Amino acid sequence: MRRLLYSQRLAPYLFILPFVATLALFWIIPVARSVVMSTQEVLYGQTTSVGLDNYARLWNDSVFWTAMFNSARYMVLSLALLIPIPMLLAAVVNSRIGSPRVKAFFKASLFVPALTSVVVAGLVFRLMFSESENAVMNQVLQLVGLGPVRWLREDLTGLVALLALAVWRWTGVNTMYFIAGMQSIPEEYYEAASLDGANKRQQFLRITVPNLRPTIVYVTTISVYGGLAMFLESFMLYGGNASPNNQGLTVVGYLYRRGIEQNDLGFASAVGIVLLVVVMAINITQLTLSGTFRKEHVR
Amino acid sequence: MTAAPARPRPASRRPSAADPAGRRRAPRGVRALSALQSTALVAIALVALVPLAAILVATFQSGADIMRGGITLAVDPATLRLDNWTMLFTDSGPYFRWFANSLGVTVVQVAGTLLVSSFVAYGFAMYDFRGRTPLFIAVLAIMAVPFEMVMLPLYVQVNEMGLADTYAVIVIPFLAAAVTIFFFRQYFLGVPKEILEAGRVDGVTEFGIFFRLVLPIARPAIAAMAILNGMMCWNNLLWPLLVLRSSEKFTLPIGLNTLITPYANNYGLLIVGSFFSLVPILVLFLAFQRFFVEGMTAGAVKG
Repeated sequence: MRRLLYSQRLAPYLFILPFVATLALFWIIPVARSVVMSTQEVLYGQTTSVGLDNYARLWNDSVFWTAMFNSARYMVLSLALLIPIPMLLAAVVNSRIGSPRVKAFFKASLFVPALTSVVVAGLVFRLMFSESENAVMNQVLQLVGLGPVRWLREDLTGLVALLALAVWRWTGVNTMYFIAGMQSIPEEYYEAASLDGANKRQQFLRITVPNLRPTIVYVTTISVYGGLAMFLESFMLYGGNASPNNQGLTVVGYLYRRGIEQNDLGFASAVGIVLLVVVMAINITQLTLSGTFRKEHVR
Repeated sequence: MTAAPARPRPASRRPSAADPAGRRRAPRGVRALSALQSTALVAIALVALVPLAAILVATFQSGADIMRGGITLAVDPATLRLDNWTMLFTDSGPYFRWFANSLGVTVVQVAGTLLVSSFVAYGFAMYDFRGRTPLFIAVLAIMAVPFEMVMLPLYVQVNEMGLADTYAVIVIPFLAAAVTIFFFRQYFLGVPKEILEAGRVDGVTEFGIFFRLVLPIARPAIAAMAILNGMMCWNNLLWPLLVLRSSEKFTLPIGLNTLITPYANNYGLLIVGSFFSLVPILVLFLAFQRFFVEGMTAGAVKG
């Protein structure tokens, strides 16, 4: 026992033991199980092997493709909004001009939405985007002379509400990421550039953006999985897993519907495996293209 | 980092010495730009606060009106009432039970996660051992794989083992949390190795060195991770929603979720309860803002 406590050779294994156990019990076994279940039909505790039938059903299932389309659309649009906008805001906050007091207030106000739970955020947005003409968003439209919109009843306006929720909750956090990234760029780069006569816009595009690459890669990686695995935002916004023509149904929402609500575990597992493969494929491609693996390798 | 508007810029950042006109005009231009910038930032900040202001106002309106008409900005002050707040504190059924459950689960889970994850991180940061690189890659991989991927098989597993409806199942799978391990590892990498050597010379065990010498100096990292985990745990919905069955065990987000019914009688409590659920986290945020930002942006720390 004494030897064990003092051994520098054994100690590291004891330190990482909780992680190894977690990895095995709560990640590797469940994923392996998911793979197995996806080739089975699981009904009332009876399992029958059905080969790749679940995947074939999936391929021919139009609701699955609707969910896939919704998730992909949401991921792409949230990336398109939640990287450039926070980057610009970070550049503004990080600039030398302006009052520090105003900037502190700005940062705190943008960060607060990230503190709200998805239940509360979804509820508030559901009620702001209510189809009643007195609800907040329709009042805003009225100011510019537009009629009341039945927000969550239509596909496109429902998407607007969902993206508004995402932008509201995550702009602040992403802005903080970019501010942190910008503060690690050496001031000399900018001094050299302004000596060479580069204007602010050129400096932003030629110095800030390229030097932010690690931050951009990180934010992209988490946004890809966050976007494709999005479920609760839509679930809370639409007040449940049902929405007109499944316009709010996401891949995880479909997994939840088939696996938990309808207890079709084999089929739901196939949905999960497909999603896992898609997320991994996109992120590995993205990390390879951005050269992140190469750099890690050299180090 | 940010300078007061009146402060002159360092010489090297001035446009060009050959352009005296430009140099003379700069301060006035900068002042105008600065005012413009401040206006824009304040405007955006206010827009970001609208949803919270809207729900605060809604807590003073009748639940039936909210359900029918949504949240509105044009409120007739004469219609505002304290009914919902009175209900919250006198007749809110299981609300404060859920609140207490959430508080309890959050405290236990945060304490456990900090202890276990920092313990693991110390192993990764301080020792060279066979298998370290692949295992650390596994930490990074888990950070990039959504929990939603394993939620279904884990749910099946929990049901088979008869562990549904227990808090243990909510807490245990997340004690060795990838992001928290990653953050602590980065922090421990900066701790001088001499501390370890000194401890060994004094006859302290490897674990004693961690608990008695290293953990006490990791306070800033502990604070940031306490806030991050506390927030995630307080707001956690999906996994507890799958695992917990009995109403008296519900945490606050699940409880609030059950109030979302097509019947208006719950709406007053739902609104005021939702707003009240934000209070602990907002108070913590105002007190420890720096740690919130550090914790939330922890993943981006470069290794």
